[in-house]
Amino acid sequence: MLLIVGCGKMGHEILAATLRSKRHLQEPWWVRWSLIVFTVAVMTVLIVIPVICVFVNAFADGPRTYWDRIINDQETLDSIRVTLTVAPIAVIMNIIFGVSAAWLIARFKFPGRSWLIALIDLPFAVSPVVVGLMLILLFGRRGFLGPWLIEHDLKIVFAIPGMILATAFVTLPFVVRELIPVMEALGSDEEVAAVSLGANAWQLFWRVTLPNIKWGLLYGIILCNARAMGEYGAVYVVSGRIPNETDTMPIRIEKLFQNYDMPGAFAVASILTLLALVTLGVKVILERRARREMELAKQMRETGTPV
Amino acid sequence: MARVPRRILPGFRLTLGFTLSYLGVMVLIPLVACLVRVSSLTWPQFWGAVWTPRVRAAFLFSFEVSLSAAVISVLLGTLIAWVLVRYDFPFRRFFDSMVDLPFALPTAVAGLVYSSLYVESGWLGRFLVPLGINGAYSPLAVVLVLVFVGMPFVVRTVQPVLETFDGEMEEAAHLLGANRWQTFWRVLFPNMIPAAIAGFTLAFARALGEYGSVVFVSSNMPFKTEIAPVLIVSRLEEYAYPEASAIAAVLLGCSFATLVLINALDRWVRQNGT
Amino acid sequence: MSIALRNLGKRFGNFVALDNINLEIPTGELVALLGPSGSGKTTLLRIISGLETPDEGDVLYFGEDVTDQSARARNVGFVFQHYALFRHMTVFENVAFGLRVRRRKKDEIKKKVLELLKLVRLDSLEGRLPAQLSGGQRQRVALARALAIEPKVLLLDEPFGALDAKVRQELRQWLRRLHDEIHVTSVFVTHDQEEAFEVADRIVVMNQGKVEQIGSPQEIFEKPASQFVFDFLGNVNVFEGHISRGQASVGSFSVDYPHYTEDQTRPAMLYVRPHEFDIDKSSNGTSSFRAVVVRAHPVGSLARVRLVSLDFETPFDAEIHIERFMELSLKAGDTVYVAPKRVRVFTAESNVPDYSI
Repeated sequence: MLLIVGCGKMGHEILAATLRSKRHLQEPWWVRWSLIVFTVAVMTVLIVIPVICVFVNAFADGPRTYWDRIINDQETLDSIRVTLTVAPIAVIMNIIFGVSAAWLIARFKFPGRSWLIALIDLPFAVSPVVVGLMLILLFGRRGFLGPWLIEHDLKIVFAIPGMILATAFVTLPFVVRELIPVMEALGSDEEVAAVSLGANAWQLFWRVTLPNIKWGLLYGIILCNARAMGEYGAVYVVSGRIPNETDTMPIRIEKLFQNYDMPGAFAVASILTLLALVTLGVKVILERRARREMELAKQMRETGTPV
Repeated sequence: MARVPRRILPGFRLTLGFTLSYLGVMVLIPLVACLVRVSSLTWPQFWGAVWTPRVRAAFLFSFEVSLSAAVISVLLGTLIAWVLVRYDFPFRRFFDSMVDLPFALPTAVAGLVYSSLYVESGWLGRFLVPLGINGAYSPLAVVLVLVFVGMPFVVRTVQPVLETFDGEMEEAAHLLGANRWQTFWRVLFPNMIPAAIAGFTLAFARALGEYGSVVFVSSNMPFKTEIAPVLIVSRLEEYAYPEASAIAAVLLGCSFATLVLINALDRWVRQNGT
Repeated sequence: MSIALRNLGKRFGNFVALDNINLEIPTGELVALLGPSGSGKTTLLRIISGLETPDEGDVLYFGEDVTDQSARARNVGFVFQHYALFRHMTVFENVAFGLRVRRRKKDEIKKKVLELLKLVRLDSLEGRLPAQLSGGQRQRVALARALAIEPKVLLLDEPFGALDAKVRQELRQWLRRLHDEIHVTSVFVTHDQEEAFEVADRIVVMNQGKVEQIGSPQEIFEKPASQFVFDFLGNVNVFEGHISRGQASVGSFSVDYPHYTEDQTRPAMLYVRPHEFDIDKSSNGTSSFRAVVVRAHPVGSLARVRLVSLDFETPFDAEIHIERFMELSLKAGDTVYVAPKRVRVFTAESNVPDYSI
């Protein structure tokens, strides 16, 4: 929710250079360096070492064994399949929702707008376990819709649809939260211009809005996807944890962990860690690109000529 | 009568309709289902589910670890944000982007790796355990993993505020005769507080509901190291839905309280500063 | 002398921000550093304050070399362009800050702050936060805060730059009155010549890191020392002509130019301000030339006339009194005779202005 891809942020380089060039704005060197060393140490222990640890443990017995553990374990393979089914559907649902809600919130003023924003943030504040519980209370055998579902032979809880709903609930705010600041920073001038030139809603979105928000949207999607693939608590509760059927990768990790199969658990974990690292890498690239485009746009505004 | 201004851009009705229906189906209906279930309990039933020694112990432990983790997160996170924004050092960009890792890393993976790092034979445990620091299957383990989960929230709320300090306020303080320390405490620090509090609240809310990573690193012992979400799950596994719902309702209440707090704070900050 | 600058130089990379600046600022004066953006005026101000260190040269306060002193030690009052108020502090606390860090007594601080707030006419707003003030009020808080430490000199960076036109006008006059009241040596940076002329005792015109001219507003206006100063003061008509044999001419029009008597013709620029033209319907000899009125309209007590000269086809502007305008009943298409009352001639070689007529 707080990862906003490069909008209006003063470049660190400029700021750091400004502060560096001014003697009176700098702490003494020993203060500076002890803070830097401390920060690096904390981040190394909290974040960097765990990441390295995942890969070292996963590859402890060599790459062949690693490959074996993933490819020759039917339950692991099935968990990958389930994750690849559940996450993309949840992500697509949230993309459609995200674009629609961001358009609504960033482009219109209406009564209840701030309530709507609060409602969109709500999934951040609900424990994933409670999300799972709510779905069971609604769709479970003894839930409010349970009898009706049984009558029509529909299975939501302890099956893929429930897991999709749970995942979509938990990751609901990610795309919107990326888009709103980007769209607000862009302003609606270009869109109003397009409307005045006769563009219809469809053309407006595809030709004007989307090209402007594409990097923010892409990062929202990627982050949403990482969270969807990694969601544990809510899915744990609604999946029923049926091997080969409703086990996702995180749940598979937990099962291997409970069976003291640490190498196996780390093998699956390494895939998800790689996904997280790729997500961060994409973020860095998108941020750089978004910043460059912002600078170009700014230059164009100031000089009135394309560069 | 006030005239409704004509909206120039298209899609108001469509997006409003879709957004509200989606939120209704996805968020509101499940939420209402939960609340209806809870309100169908009689008062003694509710009280009986919530006011048991085990539930009290679980909530107490949840609050303890979440609060400690949030406090540590806010201290470390603010410091990290400060260093990342104001200083230059090798691999700064690398560390800056690694701050986001906990957002993207599945909590189960975090739990798995934290559980193996701090055991006696683990990478860090082999140095810490001999010192009497037990970072595995202990309250400390839970706090550690919650710091991992919550700290990025603090860094990413404080960082933008630090980036708005363009040096002018500091120069003004300097010219008025303040030394570096006075400038920090009297000028910069007070301006960082609202963001730090917001980050603290987010980290706390997140920690309170966290499940995935905690089950891995905690021994999950009732009365001792069991957090509220774990208790909900074990109630669910006993098919004790009313009890589970009652506990969940209390947890929800806590989460909403923090959410309301964030919004109130946000509004307060917006009114009292640029 | 309050402030003296000796051979100051400052570069940022390859960019020369200041080049051999020598300047003396007499005690009690209000001095404007006037120049376009990038002329080095803000850098100069920051060097005077100690926020920036010069690469070469010295800064002297009352004869004492302070070049190596930090800004903190110099005890200067500085007003930032965007005020740099402490956003979490009330107006009172902002003004009190300099006294608090000097560990003055509480009642002494209170007395001093209230006195200053009264001086800047903000005594009823002491409890407000900066965000709750208007631009002009913030400006005055910044000024009071700078004055609280009883500075030896007061430095203001574009003090009215961020304000809208009306407030700017008011604050200018107020700053002038305030200065007359407290008489602290003040230097302010501006790119607005009108502001400099209205407020300052003395103006320092800067361009590309150099001082172009120093003088009273009257001196600067009457005797611009260079083509740049003339251009920068603006609102001037430029005619491309030439000089030879004691004459400067453009087309058939010529004026005496005794500084150059040789036969060889050289290019020169003839500068005439719009209000320095006489317009008539009939010729009065070689000192006038023929032009066609393109547009003419009254503006208050003046009339602005756009003309194009007939023989050298340069468009130019003239301003005449409204009575004269009525008398001539000028309208587009009229052919008139234009006589410059004053012409300044600049040649490529010399930047020394020459006067004719």
